[in-house]
Amino acid sequence: MSTLKKVLLIALGALALLAAGRVARAQTDTPPGTPLSGAQAAPSADDVNRVARQMYCPVCENIPLDVCPTTACEKWRETIREKLAAGWTDQQIMDYFVAQYGERVLANPSGRGFNIFLWVIPPVALVGGAVFLWLFFRRAARPAAPLAMPQAPAEPPAPADEYIAELEKELEKRR
Amino acid sequence: MIANLSYIILLIALACAIYAAVMAVLSVVQRRPDWLQSAHRAALLTWPLVSLTMAGLMYLIATNHFELDYVASVSNRAMPLYLKVTAVWAGQPGSLLFWGWLMASFSGVAMLRKWDRDQALMPWVVLVTMVTLAFFLGLTATYENPFARLWQTTGGETLTRLFQPAGTLPFIPADGQGLNPLLRHPGMVFHPPMLYIGFVSFVVPYAFAMAALATRQTDDAWIRTTRRWTLVGWLFLSLGLILGGRWAYDVLGWGGYWAWDPVENAAFMPWLTGTAFLHSVMLQERRGMLKKWNMSLIILTYALVIFGTFLTRSGVLSSVHAFAQSAIGPAFFAFIAITFVGSLLLLFRAWDTLTSDNHFDGLLSRDASFLLNNFLFMGITVIVFLGTVYPMVSELLTGTKITVGPPFYNRTTGPVFAALVLLMGVCPLLAWRRTSARRLGRVGAVPLVVAVVFVAVLFALGVRSAGAQVGLGISLFVAITTGLDFGQGILARVRMAASSQRQESVWQAIVTLIDRNRHRYGGYTIHLGVVLMAIGIIGTNFFQQQTQGQIKEGEQLVLGRYMVTYKGLQTTMPEADKEVTTATLSLYRGGQYLGDLHPSREYYLSSGEPVTIPGVRNSVEDDFYTILAGWDQDGATFKLYVNPLINWLWAGGVVFILGTLIAAWPRKAES
Repeated sequence: MSTLKKVLLIALGALALLAAGRVARAQTDTPPGTPLSGAQAAPSADDVNRVARQMYCPVCENIPLDVCPTTACEKWRETIREKLAAGWTDQQIMDYFVAQYGERVLANPSGRGFNIFLWVIPPVALVGGAVFLWLFFRRAARPAAPLAMPQAPAEPPAPADEYIAELEKELEKRR
Repeated sequence: MIANLSYIILLIALACAIYAAVMAVLSVVQRRPDWLQSAHRAALLTWPLVSLTMAGLMYLIATNHFELDYVASVSNRAMPLYLKVTAVWAGQPGSLLFWGWLMASFSGVAMLRKWDRDQALMPWVVLVTMVTLAFFLGLTATYENPFARLWQTTGGETLTRLFQPAGTLPFIPADGQGLNPLLRHPGMVFHPPMLYIGFVSFVVPYAFAMAALATRQTDDAWIRTTRRWTLVGWLFLSLGLILGGRWAYDVLGWGGYWAWDPVENAAFMPWLTGTAFLHSVMLQERRGMLKKWNMSLIILTYALVIFGTFLTRSGVLSSVHAFAQSAIGPAFFAFIAITFVGSLLLLFRAWDTLTSDNHFDGLLSRDASFLLNNFLFMGITVIVFLGTVYPMVSELLTGTKITVGPPFYNRTTGPVFAALVLLMGVCPLLAWRRTSARRLGRVGAVPLVVAVVFVAVLFALGVRSAGAQVGLGISLFVAITTGLDFGQGILARVRMAASSQRQESVWQAIVTLIDRNRHRYGGYTIHLGVVLMAIGIIGTNFFQQQTQGQIKEGEQLVLGRYMVTYKGLQTTMPEADKEVTTATLSLYRGGQYLGDLHPSREYYLSSGEPVTIPGVRNSVEDDFYTILAGWDQDGATFKLYVNPLINWLWAGGVVFILGTLIAAWPRKAES
């Protein structure tokens, strides 16, 4: 019984971690079709869109640059094309626009400066919430009831290990 | 004349709402039940009054009264009548009035149906609904008046005022500007009312919750009384979100359906907390637990409903400065702050009455899975809220405005959504109170093994994206466990029928099973809908292909397995105001001709705005989605997308709504 419990616990935990970690990683993978070198051939519309997709112009609210039909956005895409033809990398082009128009042109805000909070708060909130949930559960649980396995699939990898380790300790104590 | 009359009726309705709210409170303070009757009548009277105001505005739009600023800005002579009707809520003043009309309607229904049964709660229900109504009517009567006229000064400047300013003459434009072309789509005709119905429905359970707190009658009577309101509100909110996605896909022409833009998030956040609430009240109804939490959730949902309206209506999204200059923004801000703090004070005052009747028996239980469900939904809400307000916070604190786009949301909420879907599959395996690990292992082993094998098959078939593998594996797991639950129920019924010598076919068994346990099986049907939607979302997020190219007539573009040939371009004028340029593309797959596609661009001469209508070929496996991006003497530019599995998303949406209808449909025995 207890062995099965452990196996199940580890399996479920691992699955959850896998889900969390892999989904996150898969979404940051480079998109297919990234050319090896942009400087050689004339940049195609797809090359331009690859960069434009990651940007917004400051005027057209919430419309990504690659699909925005306005003339202003047309000009921006033309600029991207020229820079690509001149051999600039995607990152250099985006940096150029940031320098010109500010960070709001990026769809994906950088983790620099004040924006660090944007990226730090979600994991902190999730871990904090999980800890709170755990404490609440311990208090609300029937005192005599032995604790069972944890299920916290939303946990980011590192803290979850500690979490499971902590639980294991807890389980040992009660045995 | 009609405009002035409508405005006066609006003022009377506002006075009635305020009177009803004041009398409701006084009836309790002074112990005068007859005053409560008076408050009741005044509250009921708001509905016909606001209806008359709405009818007045509708009449003014239908009869082209362009001397009114609002009418001139949302309508014109060429628009057909049905569009003129929807123009009532196309702009800010009209939509706030529409909000108020829904509030008056729903509070009226709630007060008529439950008046005698819940007499003790009623003063507070009247107070909450009428204060909310008064706020919206107040905004329409002052800052956002749909009946304000246009005036012209001698200097040629146009002003918008209710009364004639000194030294001006009435100004009547020859024609209006017309409805924003993007809004002239069936999806947009229904989408805003759906969302608003959803928004306003949630005010009713909130009002009853506050009444329960104020009277300290905090048993679950308020939850039972308002269960259907919650479900119906949630149904319309879901419907509004799904229709909004479909509209974006059909009209906005960027190959997607959800952009995580603040306006979408504004409607999504109350849906998230509302969904958490729908789940956690089950634990209170069944086991008397989580009472404080449920109160907190409904308070939060109400706050997010108002916040959602605030986000889309206050100008705060375009910039903090626009917000500060508009009068309506701070008014909303103050209203949210006051109601939120007031609700929390009520909650703390009744804190001692909200103790749990039961304990949690184990982490491995359905009870605990509901808790985890709420944790995950709250996690997503926090992230979406953060992403939505962050640009404003950044602008306010650092002076630089930033954009928080889809990559942020996908990366942060993606894993949480995956965990939520997984939980949806584990939950049916768990019993209430507690389940032994052995039992969970027994019932969960088969679905788990099948899902793992499925992922292996996907890998063998060449699917290399780990996110897609995990996501599809989880989806299959959930589909199996949910399906097994249905199967066991059906089997049990058939066996029961057989043992009692009755004939019952499998279909009959399914129908009776669902009919007898509408909440349970309605819920599971919704879960199956979510699985289908998840598959569609995984397909489009991980496997969408796109390309763009400029081609001459007779030339080809290739994308994935597909190839298109450009056949020609045609421009027509189907309406006096509308110019449509349509391209013809022949679509081939593997050399086989599949048909012609007609992406087009509509151009409304009066407003000068283009609308891009995609040409799409639908199939179970994918959509081939084409957009005419531009044209000149060198040929035409097309954007092509392959959106794999996207029709699973729409089919899932239909199943989802069907499940909600099953759960919410009234039983004959009730009422």
